[in-house]
Amino acid sequence: MVSNDEKKAKDALKKAAKFGEDIDLDDYNEGSRELSVTGSFEELSDDIKETMMDAGIVPTEKGKAGNFLLMDNTVVHSATIGSGVELMPLSQALKVHDWLKDYMWKAVMPDTDKYTAETYLQNADGYFIRALPGAKVKLPVQTCLLLKNRNSKQYVHNVLIAEEGSDFEVVTGCATSKGVEKGLHLGISEFFLKKNSKLSFTMIHNWSEFIGVRPRSAIVMDEGATFINNYIALKPVKTIQTYPTAFMNGKNGVCRFNSIAVAHPGSMMDLGSRAVLNAPGCRAELISRTITTGGTVIARGQLIGNSPGIKAHLECKGLILSDKGVQIAIPELEARVPDVEMTHEAAVGKIAQDQVEYLMSRGLSEEEAVGMIVRGFLDVGIRGIPDHLKAEIDKALQETDVRGS
Amino acid sequence: MLEIENLTVEVGGKDILHDLSLTVMTGYTTVLFGPNGSGKSTLLMTIMGFSGYNVKSGRILLNGEDITHMPVNERAKRGIGMMMQRPPNLMGVKLKDLVRVTGRGDIDPAVLAEELDMTAFLDRDVNIGFSGGEIKRSEILQLEAQNPCLLLLDEPESGVDLVTIEKLGAKVHDLLQGTSHCAGWRQKSGKAALIITHTGQILDYVEADRGYVMCNGTVACSGNPRELLAEIRKMGYNECIRCKINRSNIKENF
Repeated sequence: MVSNDEKKAKDALKKAAKFGEDIDLDDYNEGSRELSVTGSFEELSDDIKETMMDAGIVPTEKGKAGNFLLMDNTVVHSATIGSGVELMPLSQALKVHDWLKDYMWKAVMPDTDKYTAETYLQNADGYFIRALPGAKVKLPVQTCLLLKNRNSKQYVHNVLIAEEGSDFEVVTGCATSKGVEKGLHLGISEFFLKKNSKLSFTMIHNWSEFIGVRPRSAIVMDEGATFINNYIALKPVKTIQTYPTAFMNGKNGVCRFNSIAVAHPGSMMDLGSRAVLNAPGCRAELISRTITTGGTVIARGQLIGNSPGIKAHLECKGLILSDKGVQIAIPELEARVPDVEMTHEAAVGKIAQDQVEYLMSRGLSEEEAVGMIVRGFLDVGIRGIPDHLKAEIDKALQETDVRGS
Repeated sequence: MLEIENLTVEVGGKDILHDLSLTVMTGYTTVLFGPNGSGKSTLLMTIMGFSGYNVKSGRILLNGEDITHMPVNERAKRGIGMMMQRPPNLMGVKLKDLVRVTGRGDIDPAVLAEELDMTAFLDRDVNIGFSGGEIKRSEILQLEAQNPCLLLLDEPESGVDLVTIEKLGAKVHDLLQGTSHCAGWRQKSGKAALIITHTGQILDYVEADRGYVMCNGTVACSGNPRELLAEIRKMGYNECIRCKINRSNIKENF
């Protein structure tokens, strides 16, 4: 029997996404589902470990609540290490938890566009992470999605559930193996945050200039839930389009999206975040800091206020460091009731000369001064990042080439 | 150390300094008096080399070298350091990091900050939400890390409370008298300062050797700074302008 979802997905196979250039899915080969698995992160080759580390994933079990690695379309490793949290491949979780099917494709619709449709029809695997009721998981769960072979198409379907009163943290690193000259990543992530739960989710993108990326994420939040999303994309990518949306359905929910991105020459980045505030007392803050050194970056943000007594702020700030770069900031506020407080702030432009010269008057070269200002500018976008990632990100920021082309 | 020769400077299409000449000798502290809008800050900004301050004619010499058109950081390397009146906000740049890079690794920001009661500010973004007095302390902290040979101070006492001014005055004194080698390429131990002051309060803390009075974008008068200050207090700046006009009339009549 063909389910309703399946029918919808089939009908949507040619449906172009609302944003982002259209990618021909037939241009790529199916990513392998039969790569060899590994017993632990430590056993991986040095090359792979290095690639993972560049995406913020530490190849060790020490200090982690769980480790997960998807290469192309094969779950190469999955292990729950700490307590209070479950981590396993989604395919396995569906066998273990009968109820899980009720969550599948409930936050992201299969017929959203051709990418969700294809991922649905491919019955994609991915990670399933669940924080148990009341569990305060101190250590982070880390997951890595890696494109291993040239010209591969990777489908991912992740489901994250924060049970009532739980508190946990996930770091996801997305990366491309060295030398992979073409690839496509389609990633569905569905988040369910129950009453008074908290999830801090950090995603670090470290693709390459040849990779197309189309993540589709949605977060469904109950009363008193807190969702903190940090998104970091400092390395080149060919094209990425993403617009994660938080549906704040319970009262007094809190969500924060912090994004920092650098559009290198040849990169096309269409990045957004959206909060739909459906209940009284909800608060949302969407902050993005983007830079172009020659590529194009579109910073979208949307706040939708559907309930009285909500408060939300949206900020898109962009720096243009190259004559060839393009910055587009599109903040949107939509209020459907009178008693809301929603604000936005958008600014794009070059670095202020007086700031550069102020630092130069302290003896810094122009390049050092620009670097310091740019890093500071980005740093504001990730003030809420977990401490254990701070050093890594600072290092990545130091290494980020901010010279305009 | 510093010689300004017949400097004419234009800002935003308007001449602000006219044919201005003055000298700051090594080891000397020189004070600039003058009414609001007389061009004192413009002079300091021009010496530091900030853009927007266009030298139309004249020269600036530092230890004999023509620095008139040199980039800001090259001037800093040669030993010029400035305390700005209204430095820009640096969002995301922590004061600690700025002090560290300014000191080129030779200093400990925590130690310097403690002496200036600035410890709590080290992790804050530079100048953001700082009060007038906090900006001064932050500037002095940076200058201590930089350790310049020629200090350009733009109204170090403005917006500062009485307790802080004592501390700041002592720091400026240390910066001028300190034994450590300054940041200038030539590393001469002799230092000099050019200080803008409205109230003259800073004279209680640093031994000033020479004073200039600026009016309408040029030097109206020079002399002993304490005597000048006393005159200005008594007669106001209008007298300086009148005096200058009288003198030039006398010159012309000869």
